[in-house]
Amino acid sequence: MGPPGAVPAEGGQDCADLSVLVRCAAGYCDGQASAMIRYVLGRFLSLVLSLVVASIVIFAVIEVIPGDPASFMLGVNARADTLAALRAEMGLDQPLPVRYFAWVTGLLTGDFGNSWTYKTPVAELVSDRIWVSLPLAIYALILSTLIAFPAGIYAASRRGSAGDVTIMGATQLGVAIPNFWFAMILVLIFAINLRWFSAGGFPGWDNPMQALKALTLPAIALALPQAAILARVMRSSLLDMLGEDFIRTVRAKGLSRRQALWRHAVRNALIPVLTIIGLQFSFLLAGGIIIEQVFFLPGLGRLIFQSISARDLIVVESVVMLLVFTVIVVNFLVDLAYAAVDPRLRRKA
Amino acid sequence: MSRGLIIGAALSVVFVVLAALSFIWTPFDIETLNIPNKLKPPSGAHWLGTDHFGRDILSMIMMGARTSIAVALLAVGIGMAVGVPLGLLAAARHGSLLDELIMRGNDLVFAFPSLVIAILITAVFGASAVNAIIAIGIFNVPVFARLTRGAALPLWERDFILAARVCGKSAARISVEHILPNITNLMIVQGTIQFSLGILAEAALSYIGLGAQPPTASWGRMLADAQTLVSIAPHTALVPGFAILLMVLGLNLLGDGLRDWLDPRIRVARV
Amino acid sequence: MSLLAIKDLSVQIGQAEILHGINLSVQAGEIVAITGESGSGKSMTALATMGLLPRGAQTQGTVMLDGIDILTTPEPALCQMRGNSMGMVFQEPMTALNPVQTIGAQVAETLLVHRNMPRREAHRQAAEVLQRVGLTVPPDRYPHELSGGQRQRVVIAMAIALRPKLLIADEPTTALDVTTQARILALLRELVSAFDMGLLIITHDLAVVADIADRIVVMQKGRVVEAAPTQTLLAEMRHPYTKSLFAASTHQVDLPDRAPAAPLLRVANVDRDYPMPREKLLGPRPRFRALHDISFEVEHGERVGLVGESGCGKSTLTRAILGLEDVQGGQIMLDGQPVFTGRHPNLTVRRKMQVVFQDPYSSFNPRHRVDRLITEPFHLLERPPTGPARDAAITKALADVGLSPSDGRKYIHEFSGGQRQRIAIARALIVEPELIIFDEAVSALDVSVRAQVLDLIADLCRKRPLGYLFISHDLSVVRTVTDRVLVMQAGRIVEQGPTEDVFNNPQHPYTKSLIAAAPQLPDITHAPETV
Repeated sequence: MGPPGAVPAEGGQDCADLSVLVRCAAGYCDGQASAMIRYVLGRFLSLVLSLVVASIVIFAVIEVIPGDPASFMLGVNARADTLAALRAEMGLDQPLPVRYFAWVTGLLTGDFGNSWTYKTPVAELVSDRIWVSLPLAIYALILSTLIAFPAGIYAASRRGSAGDVTIMGATQLGVAIPNFWFAMILVLIFAINLRWFSAGGFPGWDNPMQALKALTLPAIALALPQAAILARVMRSSLLDMLGEDFIRTVRAKGLSRRQALWRHAVRNALIPVLTIIGLQFSFLLAGGIIIEQVFFLPGLGRLIFQSISARDLIVVESVVMLLVFTVIVVNFLVDLAYAAVDPRLRRKA
Repeated sequence: MSRGLIIGAALSVVFVVLAALSFIWTPFDIETLNIPNKLKPPSGAHWLGTDHFGRDILSMIMMGARTSIAVALLAVGIGMAVGVPLGLLAAARHGSLLDELIMRGNDLVFAFPSLVIAILITAVFGASAVNAIIAIGIFNVPVFARLTRGAALPLWERDFILAARVCGKSAARISVEHILPNITNLMIVQGTIQFSLGILAEAALSYIGLGAQPPTASWGRMLADAQTLVSIAPHTALVPGFAILLMVLGLNLLGDGLRDWLDPRIRVARV
Repeated sequence: MSLLAIKDLSVQIGQAEILHGINLSVQAGEIVAITGESGSGKSMTALATMGLLPRGAQTQGTVMLDGIDILTTPEPALCQMRGNSMGMVFQEPMTALNPVQTIGAQVAETLLVHRNMPRREAHRQAAEVLQRVGLTVPPDRYPHELSGGQRQRVVIAMAIALRPKLLIADEPTTALDVTTQARILALLRELVSAFDMGLLIITHDLAVVADIADRIVVMQKGRVVEAAPTQTLLAEMRHPYTKSLFAASTHQVDLPDRAPAAPLLRVANVDRDYPMPREKLLGPRPRFRALHDISFEVEHGERVGLVGESGCGKSTLTRAILGLEDVQGGQIMLDGQPVFTGRHPNLTVRRKMQVVFQDPYSSFNPRHRVDRLITEPFHLLERPPTGPARDAAITKALADVGLSPSDGRKYIHEFSGGQRQRIAIARALIVEPELIIFDEAVSALDVSVRAQVLDLIADLCRKRPLGYLFISHDLSVVRTVTDRVLVMQAGRIVEQGPTEDVFNNPQHPYTKSLIAAAPQLPDITHAPETV
């Protein structure tokens, strides 16, 4: 994309060159590889497009809807010179498109602007805290998968048995438990009564074991309700697969029920499960913001809530964009994982 | 009818009745503070005990049920009112630019969990129950749009739709006359599930202060207030938590039961 | 001793007894065919033989394979036998293979499960087996890259990789085109003699049965009603059900004569293109030409057949004629007016034609009652009848197809497949169209029901001048209900002419191959008439 106001002829030239380049690159590919490249490129294009639209939406909500964001941030009693300083800081004298591009260019180069309340670069604030929030989400995702897969597979393979009924009953409860309340109960039991864990706070990553330990209760609180959902999806997806014609075919080849399940049904059942895992990541990331409140973790959640109450829109804007960015990128990765699992996406019919 | 359906329906009805009853009667007035009587465990006078202001927790739960149900129900309403027509439209124009646009739009909204939407809205407009409704409602739109489109597409391949087209019926008319009646069961089941998710989301939002504001009672806020008291007066945290758990459990059992009863082939999306 | 000996086999699932006292045997090198209509218990017999009955099925009797009773053999030992001493081929090749594994890996799995051999060796042998069954594509392909016939060869390769003594084939060619069917049947026959294998083939198609089987077992409602060597059975037909089955398969309808009339439908030089996925990244989208320069006419009251294999463009042509999709070249006129008028259909043209679809189960909205279903075409009328006039129209339409007025208040799930096709015809007739398109309208029906529906169509022709386009892959059906026939191949009409002329003296090589590939029932006119 050229800078705004570039001469049209020049922009057109750029586009032509680019398309020739891509066309040449594609010329070396045979049909099958090209289908794969087309798929990946298509998903990538959709990723970029989603990011662009998402950034426009966030920008519009934060900087356009309030009218004058600076006076919104400072409130009605703001002094004129403070207001002017903030307006200059935010570049409010510039037209909207210019401000938008400046913001996006800043994001791309790692410049998230300066927090008005903390008087420090947002990038610094974020980089301190993201190392709490992101590991928490990933920790919870791993836990959720580790619990859900065996539970779902076990329940599906012994459909109708006491084990299946127990697991399904447990997932029914797991789906209904609010994770922040579950977190409070965990604190009550494991931190206050048993004193196995501390009730909150985060010691930093200098001592990784201590850090992991501090994240364990929050991760469990986050993971269990999601694991319940995932186990249900895994079970029903597997049962669908076990009803497919090709399972009967492999049984006719002499595979036992167990072999048919593990060698054929599980991999096929992963396709719908992957979608849920992708969606869950965004819930874990967002849910983490709430769980951080329970455990007094210095993550993005705290930063966001402090910024909201301080009306520090600059921080809110960038942190929200970062969250949405992460979610969109994870969904892109899930799409790529599809291609690894499902050959129908890799090659054309 | 399965046992799950009956238990689920019973639990749901209990909470709806409690919420309705709160309009005319609660055991105690929750707007009068009674500090000396604070943090009392459950007793004959206060069945579920009192909170840190000495308010009757049962009364708070009844008022909170009102908030939860209202927010979740309206959010499901928004999701259905916008999502179902979008899904029908996308299915009717399958493969067109419009379809692509609707689906991409859906994907985009999915990248904004309801919490993030709530953060955005609250940052600009301040916190309120209405914002919670909008945030959860927006998130419900793509759920219903996707589900509707997904259920409508195979129906469009069926011969009876082709027969209707041969009879000169328009896509809009076919959508209303033939598609909609065949996806009603699915919508009822998914609506119940989204209702339960709405209860959870409302609780989470009011817990972090992005939902209903005091003096409106809400279960999430009760939990937030209880957080620092959990070791001294566990009932203040346990009661609202179980209220949420039971209501959501009831709705989920109702949804699953309805599915098995109406049409076992229905697949619900749970995200 | 027989290779397979089934004695007094009964199967019960829940309260329902599915099979009652089945007896049959298969010798090595022998082809035994089980035939019968849907619900006769054919497939259940096959699954019992493989030890693959659904959970909860209760069995009595014995199923002895090579001296071992399948019914009492524990599951682990059965796993040893399946794929090793017995193999099975299923009906639906499109879904019988695991979509995320290469075909080579799936064939190799049969070898790896039963033989202790290195993975490489298994894959090498799998490639050989795939060649043995006449598959020409490399083993690293995925199922979705193969045609139905190719996939069925893969399924056969999996079943015969270890040269089992018994092969069971459940409707192995039902989902395939006639020419593919002929090749698959030839392959099966050849494998039987090369491996000295017993083959138990299950099919509803009596022509296939008569063509391939050494012995025939006729089943009805879970019982064997007759079993004999093919020639004996065809000659004697002791059981009335056998007789009626064969009579229905060769059923000829009595079509009234008609005089030449003015053209009604005129299809002139029609081309229809579909855009395909791009082959190169930014290259132009290639277009697939589904219909190529199609031209033909249907006169008022003329009965025209259209035959061709799957993918030849029959469905595309149907949609174009019905005015549901535009064409890229040429034009389609009905009574002098174009059938396609963009998004707003020309109702005067539309009401002159109606359609009857193949699948009686998907042709009706399950949420509406029959009276509402069959009056849907009233939408095409400017002033649709209401009140008593509407009721009279419903009663007449239902009576025309042999149903009672009270059937109008019922929902569609209360009717059988044959009754549903009658209702579909009633829906088509209610606006008294000039042209009806029968799109594989009897293909999903059992032979006896099919014969009744064909008779109904002939009956309707006697009552009023009824013109139709009868689209089918089944040559014998087309031959009996049409005056003229069009033969379609790969989007083109390769031959057309009076039905008897085309069938007796086909000109185009494709028509010849179609007629040659279609299995023929031997002349059984000497068989006594049945009621």
